[in-house]
Amino acid sequence: MEHIVIIGNGISGVTAARHIRKLSDKRISIISAETDFFFSRTALMYVYMGHMKFEHTQPYEDWFWKKNRIDLVNAYVEGIDYKEKTLRLKDGTDIRYDRLIIATGSKPNKFGWPGQDSKGVQGLYSKQDLDGVEKYAPNNKTCKRAVIVGGGLIGIELAEMLRSRNIPVTFLVRENSFWNGVLPSGESQMINEHILEHHIDLRLATNLTEILPDEHGRVKAIKTDKGDVIECEFVGLTAGVSPNIDFLKDSGIEIGRGVKVNRLLETNITDIYAIGDCAEQHEAIGNRRPIEAVWYTGRMMGETVAQTISGNKTEYKPGHWFNSAKFLDVEYQTYGWVFSERTKKDSEKHFHWRHPKEKICITVAYHSDTNKFLGINTFGIRMRHEIFDRWLTEERNVEYVMEYLKDANFDPEFYAQYETDIVAKFNTEMGTSITPKKKSWKRIFKIA
Amino acid sequence: MKIIKNIGLIIFLMGLTIFAALPVVGTYSLSPKQFGDFVGQKGIKSDLFISDIQENVVGQNFEGMFSFAPKVTHALEAANAQHRKNKEYKKIIYTKPHDMAAELGKISGSGFIVENKGLMWFLTFGLGIIGALMFILPNVVLLGKKGIKNNGIYHENATNRGWIAWMVFIFLVSFYLILYFRSEYAVNWTYLVDPISQSLSGNLAGQWFVYGFMYCVVMVVMAVRMYIKYRHNMYQMVRTTSVLFFQIVFAFLIPEIMVRLQMPYYDFKNAFPLDYDFFFQWNLKSLLNSGGIGLFILVWGIVLTVVIVPVMVYFFGKRWYCSWVCGCGGLAETLGDPYRQHSSKSLFSWKVERWLIHGVLLFAVVMTGFTLYGFFAETGTVLGIKVQSIMDTYSFLIGAVFAGVIGTGFYPIFGNRVWCRFGCPLAAYLGFVQRFKSRFRITTNGGQCISCGNCSTYCEQGIDVRAYAQKGENIVRSSCVGCGVCSAVCPRGVLKLENGPEQGRINPTEILLGNDPDLMELVNRK
Repeated sequence: MEHIVIIGNGISGVTAARHIRKLSDKRISIISAETDFFFSRTALMYVYMGHMKFEHTQPYEDWFWKKNRIDLVNAYVEGIDYKEKTLRLKDGTDIRYDRLIIATGSKPNKFGWPGQDSKGVQGLYSKQDLDGVEKYAPNNKTCKRAVIVGGGLIGIELAEMLRSRNIPVTFLVRENSFWNGVLPSGESQMINEHILEHHIDLRLATNLTEILPDEHGRVKAIKTDKGDVIECEFVGLTAGVSPNIDFLKDSGIEIGRGVKVNRLLETNITDIYAIGDCAEQHEAIGNRRPIEAVWYTGRMMGETVAQTISGNKTEYKPGHWFNSAKFLDVEYQTYGWVFSERTKKDSEKHFHWRHPKEKICITVAYHSDTNKFLGINTFGIRMRHEIFDRWLTEERNVEYVMEYLKDANFDPEFYAQYETDIVAKFNTEMGTSITPKKKSWKRIFKIA
Repeated sequence: MKIIKNIGLIIFLMGLTIFAALPVVGTYSLSPKQFGDFVGQKGIKSDLFISDIQENVVGQNFEGMFSFAPKVTHALEAANAQHRKNKEYKKIIYTKPHDMAAELGKISGSGFIVENKGLMWFLTFGLGIIGALMFILPNVVLLGKKGIKNNGIYHENATNRGWIAWMVFIFLVSFYLILYFRSEYAVNWTYLVDPISQSLSGNLAGQWFVYGFMYCVVMVVMAVRMYIKYRHNMYQMVRTTSVLFFQIVFAFLIPEIMVRLQMPYYDFKNAFPLDYDFFFQWNLKSLLNSGGIGLFILVWGIVLTVVIVPVMVYFFGKRWYCSWVCGCGGLAETLGDPYRQHSSKSLFSWKVERWLIHGVLLFAVVMTGFTLYGFFAETGTVLGIKVQSIMDTYSFLIGAVFAGVIGTGFYPIFGNRVWCRFGCPLAAYLGFVQRFKSRFRITTNGGQCISCGNCSTYCEQGIDVRAYAQKGENIVRSSCVGCGVCSAVCPRGVLKLENGPEQGRINPTEILLGNDPDLMELVNRK
């Protein structure tokens, strides 16, 4: 029986394993040194915050793997011999494979800061990172102040975690407004305000220059490029992640920043595939980046590679871009492409609406010549994925989106609805006279 | 703010301590006149019992129920045994021994508690309410900005099955055991609410009035907590208001006022088979003897179960009842909210759930069949089984032990919907409708789920919501009571409770939205 070996038990590897099992009777092994069982790393923050126990982050009960004949191997892969089709494990043993899927995910970026390997300095990615936060920042007595370096999604999550235990947090952000390489200015500005409301010491346009350890090798302070020295017991490095592929150096597998793959997710070596955060497309797909460290793309690559391995050669073709996140109390969703002022083309125009009091806003991107709808960012309003996916496929224009915006609303029942306000502002700015249509189940479900 | 909270906690615990001490304190003395009147009113014909009480109880002072109650229960049991032996069936007293002790205890209570009902109310209920509110209200400030506030739930002793949770468990179980099986120890509690009972129904309070009043008080106070915790979520605000309204008006006030108006005691929202004794002989007889209103209740009760309940479930899902109207649900959603995370999500629990809840429904239906047959055929025995013994078994096992002692007592350990999930026959019935013929579903928002597990963790019905959401599948489950918390706690806006067209309600998806359209075609072709 063909033996499929998967390195990494994250969402990509596990999805691949599950779908290979659905489609075939092959022998499947998943190797991981992180944890015995698959868990959702997106939920690590909730364990520290006390919303959940670690066991709640595991989507499948422990019996699931045996029942589905997926062998779980707790081991660390040190190298690959592709000629012999063998993996070399840290404990000295070997594992033979017939086909190999590399799904080793990411590791937090470290940019060579002096002192970056001190105790109490870490990212937030793995189960071990969670244990580290618990060890070095269990409360505000052990950790009188924490510094977070890097203003992205994980940075703000880490800030929220530490604040949940009343630990004072200084948040160093390289940009002059939070995440403004991705978010348009109105939204970025709103999140700046929200961060301050949560009593986080947000320092924009500030970089880390040095981490100062004490005599035991534990962090005691950091220095910034503004010359400030900030005493702290914990430093969170959240300036992005990069593929976790150091063990592949000199293996013969082509690597760039990640493991180079084609659209079939094949590497340059026959029978070796790479998926998820660690995979790097030779050429970017659409507006997507060659390396996508996103939960759902990992899952989709797992689904795709499972088809190929089960005899159904299938290209990885992600559909319209979407994503979501949560900034403290504010939920964020995005469908299609909305670029920030720093990255957008001149032809991309924005319509922005913000609630006068609440932390609610949206930005709609459209093409300046054709008025074609390009994408939407929403903060504090939930939107229906299927509807925007359809509108993007149908290449609707921005007026259409405004007219039928109520169909897309996904907020819970009884929530205040803002479509009328949004469309009113749109009409004023654009000189249109659109009246929002009432929500229609028939349209939403395409019932004739 | 923290100081206010702590003072509140101390005040609450003072009230609770006094309340908890009441069953075992107090002075009881029965005068000859009181006993004479009592015998007359009850129509007691047992000379043995009367003389026993006159000899051993009347005119004496008893300190505490522990010394008073055994005299009464012994007298009653001995007298009945003797009468049975002598075949003097007319003299047998059918009041249960502990109820007799409670009734006699109620008229013989004397001393400080009885003379200061208002003050005692304040020292128990009053302090409890003030203390609890002082503990809860500062959260408006302490919880910070609007949003989901589940920080520390698994760090806190009380909400993570620590010793406080076990103390609450012991308290609740003891409370229910007294209420159902040793009502004489609730006599002192009844004094506290006598004035309220009299102002409503005109009667003195019994243990069930204490329970009803306390139920409302607890729900109101804990609803304040809900309002603060979920103040960003209109669905929770509206829903909480609805359960409060139905509990206070329909379950508490209207039945009491009906009693004052010489009508039968009836809770118009309590549908059979949750209201399992609706078709019991004594209830049917009482309704038929109550004239027009009795007949109306009879028809309403049947229409409620046969028409209103399923039709409403078709349009809105069973949530309209279970988390908007029902009293059991109301308590679970207020008092029980801090414990919702303890319901087991394992597949094993789901199996147990299906056997148990459908077993209870079957039990209730068969029992009702027997009682109705017995009623119309005017017989006490059907198929060689005594109807009374079936009813007694159900009342004891399901009505008292399952719904009361386990259903609420086990909140801090097994979550707040133990009864609703594993035992309620009405929930089982509604569940069938919801699963097979309803517009209600929890819609999963395409491919946005990140499998974090907040939804599953906080599902009070033990549904593994994430198992569906991460596959892009809508959640259509018979047990879902539509509390809306999965949607509230979801950090990515993935879940929405909706009533929509039946078409496409259940959406099996092999491949999630967002992935290659060819793949989806491929799957659909299979």
